[in-house]
Amino acid sequence: MTDLPDARTARMTENPAPLPRSDRLARFFASDLWWSFRSHPMAMAAAFLLVFLIVAAFAAPLYVPQNPFDPAELQLINAEIPPIWMEGGQWPWILGTDTQGRDILSAILYGSRISIMIGLASVVLSLIVCIGLGLMAGYYGGIIDNALMRVGDILLSIPTILIAILVSAVVRQMLPPSLRDIGAGGVLVLAIVLSAWVQYARTVRAQASVEKGKDYVQAARLLKVPARRIMFRHILPNTLTPILVAATLNFGMAILTEATLSFLGIGMPASQPSLGTLIRLGNQFLFAGIWWVVLFPVLQLCLLVVAVNLLGDWLRDALNPKLR
Amino acid sequence: MIVFLIKRLLNAAMVMLVVALLAFSIFRFVGDPIQLMVNEQTTQAERNELRENLGLNDPFLVQYARFVTNAVQGDFGMSYRNQQEVMSLIAERFPATIELVLMATIISLVVGVPLGVLTAIHRGRWYSEGLQFLSIIGVSLPSFVIGILLILVFSVILNVAPAFGRGEVISIGWWTTGLLTPSGRAALVLPSVALSFYQITLVMRLVRAEMLEVLRSDFVKFARARGVPAWRVHYRHALRNCLMPVVTMTAMNVGSLIAFALITETVFQWPGMGMLFIQAVTFVDIPVMAAYLCIVSFIFVALNTLVDITYALIDPRLRTARV
Repeated sequence: MTDLPDARTARMTENPAPLPRSDRLARFFASDLWWSFRSHPMAMAAAFLLVFLIVAAFAAPLYVPQNPFDPAELQLINAEIPPIWMEGGQWPWILGTDTQGRDILSAILYGSRISIMIGLASVVLSLIVCIGLGLMAGYYGGIIDNALMRVGDILLSIPTILIAILVSAVVRQMLPPSLRDIGAGGVLVLAIVLSAWVQYARTVRAQASVEKGKDYVQAARLLKVPARRIMFRHILPNTLTPILVAATLNFGMAILTEATLSFLGIGMPASQPSLGTLIRLGNQFLFAGIWWVVLFPVLQLCLLVVAVNLLGDWLRDALNPKLR
Repeated sequence: MIVFLIKRLLNAAMVMLVVALLAFSIFRFVGDPIQLMVNEQTTQAERNELRENLGLNDPFLVQYARFVTNAVQGDFGMSYRNQQEVMSLIAERFPATIELVLMATIISLVVGVPLGVLTAIHRGRWYSEGLQFLSIIGVSLPSFVIGILLILVFSVILNVAPAFGRGEVISIGWWTTGLLTPSGRAALVLPSVALSFYQITLVMRLVRAEMLEVLRSDFVKFARARGVPAWRVHYRHALRNCLMPVVTMTAMNVGSLIAFALITETVFQWPGMGMLFIQAVTFVDIPVMAAYLCIVSFIFVALNTLVDITYALIDPRLRTARV
């Protein structure tokens, strides 16, 4: 690893031209970003941890001993078994079982899948909404811009957690009872997006309004390029850097908000629990001496969010031109 | 200055009106209030009469105006769940939340400021880098997780602090305080530490960033050159110049702490406004939800406006800024 700075200077003094244009992967591996990644052990560790957690969660059905949410596979005889390194621990319940004989490891991995999916869905949805709104506000200015900023001002003056709770509670109430459990994930995504979109849209807007004044946009305008094409093909690629950072940090935030709502009992139902739901269910047994039911979901949640945030922190510094 | 003051206050009033509209819409459109008040035997005619008497057939704006007028006078109606006045329910729980939030704020300042100074003046040493890393973890941990971990360590394993409730309280007028009894003080420890955790990391990072800036300035160099002892330079000269933004942030964050307290209150079964709100949410007790939303937003908006006005008083350049 110590020879990397030399490799970098060598690359810079050499002629960078021989890279084939089409070979995007090679360009990525030759980029400053990749170099920064390779020289930050913390960022690499966080990325490996994150990839490991995601793969472990999504591949879980292939290797865990039971489907923890199929009641047919639960047996009360296996209830309250401690983790395997403690006295009374049994194979294959590596992290022990809960009061219904559910394997904690399987439950955590299945729960992580739900948490990650909700986090991803809300990031993607916010990206779509905020890129659209932010670009329009930044590019056109005027009424759209004013309206967006005003609505944003008002939303920012209500604590975000309150918005998320209210949206989640109210929307769920409006759904017919038969749909409440199935639609819980969708409601959560909506609540997270509505509580977080303002900062996001503002980032895009600020960037877009700076880019708007630059020569290349003026040139495109003079060539009568349609506004939509200017926004999405010319301005958007130049604003992607801060959006990428915001999206990463937002992913961590979304997982946290989801976990908090589920913990408060207005998120995922017990029939398809996310990590937050598992923590809420386990929390009831905290004083019963079966601490593993709550501690392991808590640790998994922390690992997940810490990995995402470390990655986001590094990305913010690596992509910040002032810090180079 | 007068123009700025009026503009800022009007702005705050606008925000509050929108919040009230939000609260009122929840009131009006989630579930039918008549459904919740009548029983099976009520005839359609009686229902219509009740609807007319309650003013539910009036135009939307008239109803909204009535809601705002009542809310300003502190009348949010009756709770659906326990048939008590919403305002008296909230007034009962208000002191518990405020005590918790103030305690958390004090802890965050007492712990966060010295840590920030330390990490700034010993920048690059292993312990300050370690603290920086810990602060990222602190930001990543949701507050209910911190609460659960504290309970697990201090109540379940060590059994040194109570994990729920508020202990014994003493009432002074309408205010109830747990600060005057040993059990009340003991009960306050874990929840306020849990609530202050996130705030500590914020204060620490802010003080560190400000200190790094101030330590580079000429007057600090001059003080050093004059032979002023290091601790005096750091704590008397430099720190004083960092405190302004810290005070601002702390004041502004009290509002969001009140909102976030609802998570801590749920974990520790702390009988505050937040727990009332969460119970209201699970039972769809809409008047309580609406009242909580209005009150917390009001505190939030009032603090922000106050900070802005104070700033404008101190720094005239801000008066012309976009309001």
